[in-house]
Amino acid sequence: MSEPVKNTVLFVLVFAMIALTGFMQSWNVALLILNMGLISAIMALGVNLQWGFAGLFNVGVMGFVALGGLAVVLTSAAPVEGAWSAGGWRIVIALLAGAGTIIGTVMVRQRMAAGRARNIATVAILAIGFFIYRGIFDPAVEAVEAINPALQGNLGGLNFWALGRTADELPRPDYFVLVAWPMGGLLAAGVAWLIGKTALGLRSDYLAIATLGIAEIIIAVMKNEDWLARGVKNVSGIPRPGPYEITLQATTSFVSRAEGLGLDPTTASSIFVKLNYSVLFAVVLVLIFVMAQLALKSPWGRMMRAIRDNEVAAEAMGKDVTNRHLQIFVLGSAVCGIGGAMMTTLDGQLTPGTYQPLRYTFLIWVMVIVGGSGNNLGAVLGGFLIWFLWVQVEPMGLWLMQLITSGMAEGSGLKKHLIDSAAHMRLLTMGVILLLVLRFSPRGLIPEK
Amino acid sequence: MDFLNAIVALSNFVIIPAIAYGSQLALGALGVTLIYGILRFSNFAHGDTMAFGAMLAVLITWWFQSMGMSFGVLPTALLALPFAILGTMALMLITDRVVYRFYREQKAKPVILVIVSMGVMFIMNGLVRFIIGPNDQKFADGERFIISVREFKAMTGLKEGLAIKTTQGITVVVAIICVVLLFWFLNRTRTGKSMRAYSDNEDLALLSGINPERVVMYTWLIVAALATTAGVLYGLDKSFKPFVYFQLLLPIFASAIVGGLGSPLGAIAGGFVIAFSEVTITYAWKKVLKYLMPENLEPSSLVQLLSTDYKFAVSFVILIVVLLFKPTGLFKGKSV
Repeated sequence: MSEPVKNTVLFVLVFAMIALTGFMQSWNVALLILNMGLISAIMALGVNLQWGFAGLFNVGVMGFVALGGLAVVLTSAAPVEGAWSAGGWRIVIALLAGAGTIIGTVMVRQRMAAGRARNIATVAILAIGFFIYRGIFDPAVEAVEAINPALQGNLGGLNFWALGRTADELPRPDYFVLVAWPMGGLLAAGVAWLIGKTALGLRSDYLAIATLGIAEIIIAVMKNEDWLARGVKNVSGIPRPGPYEITLQATTSFVSRAEGLGLDPTTASSIFVKLNYSVLFAVVLVLIFVMAQLALKSPWGRMMRAIRDNEVAAEAMGKDVTNRHLQIFVLGSAVCGIGGAMMTTLDGQLTPGTYQPLRYTFLIWVMVIVGGSGNNLGAVLGGFLIWFLWVQVEPMGLWLMQLITSGMAEGSGLKKHLIDSAAHMRLLTMGVILLLVLRFSPRGLIPEK
Repeated sequence: MDFLNAIVALSNFVIIPAIAYGSQLALGALGVTLIYGILRFSNFAHGDTMAFGAMLAVLITWWFQSMGMSFGVLPTALLALPFAILGTMALMLITDRVVYRFYREQKAKPVILVIVSMGVMFIMNGLVRFIIGPNDQKFADGERFIISVREFKAMTGLKEGLAIKTTQGITVVVAIICVVLLFWFLNRTRTGKSMRAYSDNEDLALLSGINPERVVMYTWLIVAALATTAGVLYGLDKSFKPFVYFQLLLPIFASAIVGGLGSPLGAIAGGFVIAFSEVTITYAWKKVLKYLMPENLEPSSLVQLLSTDYKFAVSFVILIVVLLFKPTGLFKGKSV
């Protein structure tokens, strides 16, 4: 079988499975899988950029995904009235003071000769800077968090158009949230640049641990800094770049058209909303895929692969390995950030408590490895396939457990335990799939050319 | 008097918890460092190995308790520990046989082994959740305190109380026993010496007739014992929750790297460095300073440098600082 045929067959198979879900379960479930599959494919493209192109072992994907989500709140939410004047600017000043402290420390360490004087200066700058920072920061945060704490207590976003809306009118699409997607990429890219500057010189094992830690820290910040995006109190009601179900159900033309197709208006409206997302996400996926493909085939992409395959040789040829690594680390993280922003938009809420490394870092890695690292098409396929399995293994596991336990006595403890545990089958399955692929097809389903 | 009170408060809230936590981290880091030294990869599944071992101990403890067995003032889990270790050893050997051996024979790159260990991590995590569920499980029994706050106050007449939990005492004692046994094994026995030789120079070790498969097998056995012990001690001290062990991965790796990957002594030192920094930086110092400062200078705030939720940040910052200034760690470890 020639390669294009094989790839087409693989993709057709995956989409047929999703379509089968539509026929057997419901089209709502199928579209949900498709939408999250599109987002997963984008995240997988980001990881593939880092691992497949450049061999960077980044296990902090979760952090960048979460930053994308944060950007959605900071961009598309309505600003909280009075928050900026109460303490917002002071928070910014405090953060600048903190950054200034670190820059000052770095400069002292670069300019002064090594010795006791330098060490004393370093400690002194750090200590004084820390107290100045906390001195400005703490009261400012208190002031911001005191504003309407039950509903707000944060700075809010930049969506000034959302301010004039009243609660009783039907929700309307707000396309400003689309701006939040590139913003998510930018925020993730900025943080990735900072991290890359410090951590990219490390060898692969250390880089892995460092990125793992950074992801945890990003989540910790998002959980605890309530002024930023309300922390674990969550931000909900993020505007939607498309129609709302209630609005559609209240529109007579939509209802009559749905009835004309023989659909119940409630189902029709939720399917229509999801299809709208699918189209938007597909456009973004295609854009990123085309860019990744062009990058892979460009001289830049060849250079990246040369660096990946033999760093020493590439360096001897005059390639700036550290800077190229930084570049691709930032780019890949930005793609993950865009994916994260899209996911938060789809959910309509930001819930920092739900970010877990197994789901948002390691699962994306499984997608890339299973799909085929180094191949963009493979990463996309992996994104769809693994997401489909992640969702569907649970009902399959439940069905399997019911089959196994069907002979057991009703009300037996073991039977209940087995059926209750079926929900945890998915982690097990992902591990088995990853190990099987690594063992028997280490280059993935669609190998690199 | 105030000075004594300050010392007691400091011991109660900082020193004793940090020593217990440090011992647990040290045992975990020893496992990571041994795998790194002998098998030459960072084992991401280590946290979940600890969870698996601890889960076996929990199950066996429950079984013992249901039969009415107990260990007197000590927790029953200590009786269950040897059996749990045996179970984890079996799992480690099976994993090595089914998963890792193939890549060893292929001489796969370390980073491939790390990804493989990610797969193992998924499976073990799933296994633990499948068997015992994702919830908190309490399995500590026996006497709760060696010294309770009230006893201490009655004994010394100080205003500040000091409590030493039984689990903290056990943690330190068991950790010391483990470390002594490990070092005796590595330095005095033939197998231990062959392990160190293999870690130092693989080719030379092979030339001198050391059987690599045997070395690897012993490594897994020791790692299983260390991971289970660390997992059980942590579970006794805090509580058993599968997800927490996964999160312990970061401080454990930080300990191993700060000490110098591949160096057992470094792993222990690293464990205590990380534990003490985490506890001191996230502790609210108001209570201690209240005794030390003159009345009018008493701090009004909590004097907490960082909130407890940022304890990961502490291990991480130490990790980065050590990596930037002393890349091989405090005790010269390996660098690839």
